Amino acid sequence: MTDTINTTGTAAADAAAASATPEVVNRGPGGTDYNALTVVHTRHYLRWAFGALALFVVLQFAWTLVTNDRYGWDIFAQYFFAPAILRGLGLTLALTAVAGSLGFLLGTLLALARLSKSPILNSASWSFIWFFRSVPLLVQVLIWYNLGYLYPRLGLGVPFTDTYFVSIDTITLISQFAAAVLGLSLHQAAYSAEIIRGGILSVDQGQLEAAAALGLPRHVRVLRIILPQAARSILPNAFNEIIGLLKGTSIVSVIALGELFYVAQVIYNRNQQVIPLLLVAVVWYILLTTVLSIGQFYVERHFARGAERVLPPTPLQSARRWLALQWARLDENEPTHTGIDARSESFRL
Amino acid sequence: MSTLTQTPAVSADAATRGLVEIRGVSKSYAGHEVLHDVNLTVQPGEVVAILGPSGSGKSTLLRTINHLESVDRGWVTVDGQLIGYEQRGEKLYELKEREILKRRTQVGVVFQSFNLFPHLTAAENIAEAPVALKRVSKADGRELALGLLAKVGLADKADAYPRQLSGGQQQRVAIARALALQPKVLLFDEPTSALDPELVGEVLDVIRDLAKLGTTLIIVTHETGFAREVADRIVFIDGGHVLEVGTPAQVFGSPTHPRTREFLGKVL
Repeated sequence: MTDTINTTGTAAADAAAASATPEVVNRGPGGTDYNALTVVHTRHYLRWAFGALALFVVLQFAWTLVTNDRYGWDIFAQYFFAPAILRGLGLTLALTAVAGSLGFLLGTLLALARLSKSPILNSASWSFIWFFRSVPLLVQVLIWYNLGYLYPRLGLGVPFTDTYFVSIDTITLISQFAAAVLGLSLHQAAYSAEIIRGGILSVDQGQLEAAAALGLPRHVRVLRIILPQAARSILPNAFNEIIGLLKGTSIVSVIALGELFYVAQVIYNRNQQVIPLLLVAVVWYILLTTVLSIGQFYVERHFARGAERVLPPTPLQSARRWLALQWARLDENEPTHTGIDARSESFRL
Repeated sequence: MSTLTQTPAVSADAATRGLVEIRGVSKSYAGHEVLHDVNLTVQPGEVVAILGPSGSGKSTLLRTINHLESVDRGWVTVDGQLIGYEQRGEKLYELKEREILKRRTQVGVVFQSFNLFPHLTAAENIAEAPVALKRVSKADGRELALGLLAKVGLADKADAYPRQLSGGQQQRVAIARALALQPKVLLFDEPTSALDPELVGEVLDVIRDLAKLGTTLIIVTHETGFAREVADRIVFIDGGHVLEVGTPAQVFGSPTHPRTREFLGKVL
């Protein structure tokens, strides 16, 4: 591998200087032309050894995936796009979207209430969070589903009497889907409220003062100034929660709601192909999580505006940059500058 | 540098408004008195510099003018209006938040740590309040921002984020942001304390230009040389007490209070 040493620090300055007075800039003490020398990179033997070990483990596992026919890949393929599975997948997505949106919306309101000066809002919010963090999600879903046992009819009427103007059977009102959405979104709201509150607390106090001094109305302060800055610390946790929720929807299989995991269970109870059908569910969960993780990257990048001097490159930009570098290396005449590449200036661990 | 000879941001009658009256203001934090019976009248268009050692209460006093800090006793008015309350007959009614915000916009603040909104560009920082308060349309807000940026010598930085600017540039954007609401009174809370010595000059130049325009300026600063040059009157505070008020010539030339002499002896 041949590289040129970059004596001035930046590629642009180097190139400019080289074209003007190459002899002066490129010669070190004693008149050595460092540009003519070949760079030998440090060899990381231990790194290579661990790399090889990891590669071996991965290959060994991949080999068992192919050769162990108990995985039942033919059955996996047969069911992966089965209409029943896709319907279950649709329901899983719907539950995640609805419970996620409602949960975070309610969570934002709870967080703001928790931070407000009103002692009533504050304690109401605290109690909500306390209660819904205390009750296990599984139990909560079952209670919502069995609410008809406690309150057979729900309606509007004269308080403290049995007189109703309008009423409806609880079982009609709270379907399996409604019970699942109620359970998941209330549970989600309690957790996201704390995440959002944490994000808001991380915004510098001076920002609040500046916003107040400018006479910005409360909703502008919250929506335009505080939340966009809080988003940076909220987002990694929020995506954790959404991914958790996506997989957490499988819990509602206890009330026989036909989401992805429940459908897979129903099918393997019928045909006894447990592992292949669990794999169908697993691979779909992995695919959905992957999509969410990619989304996370771009959403976080968007909210990094102003927080970092230079935004981190998108994977596409990195790939292009890497290809351009390799291309330049192939072309012997083209000088390459790998000493200092265009990296984000922000602090990295 | 910038010339602020004609600015639409500071209206013409600002010269006749911007009277600040501070009467008997006291304030304690957890038993420690930071302001003790402070009385001060700042005339419209006057430039007042508040000097004093760290922890003397000068920043607290400044912040009470804008009600970023509440007072325990006494009151502060701008043009005869109390910022947090309204008098009707024999009673003082606490104002609704909307009304407080409206009165607050009459008093601009420039903070020591700039407090620009980091997720908004320089132009967006300036246009945010006038647009949010529906004083101008979005497009006009941008125009207003560009005009003000030109006046503080940063016409080419409209789309830069605060973190991409130097401290001096950030503070100049912060001044433009405060001017965007056409305040009658502008408060500066140690505007140059967070800056490198070589960046202090560019911010002081902008304030100097503002001083000529007739907006009431109240400046808490450690730049005694600047205070002497630009201020009409100097206020010296120590331990929450106003110890001395006078023209720069009086305060710097022949300070009456021994504590003032001691302080000026150290910093001059």
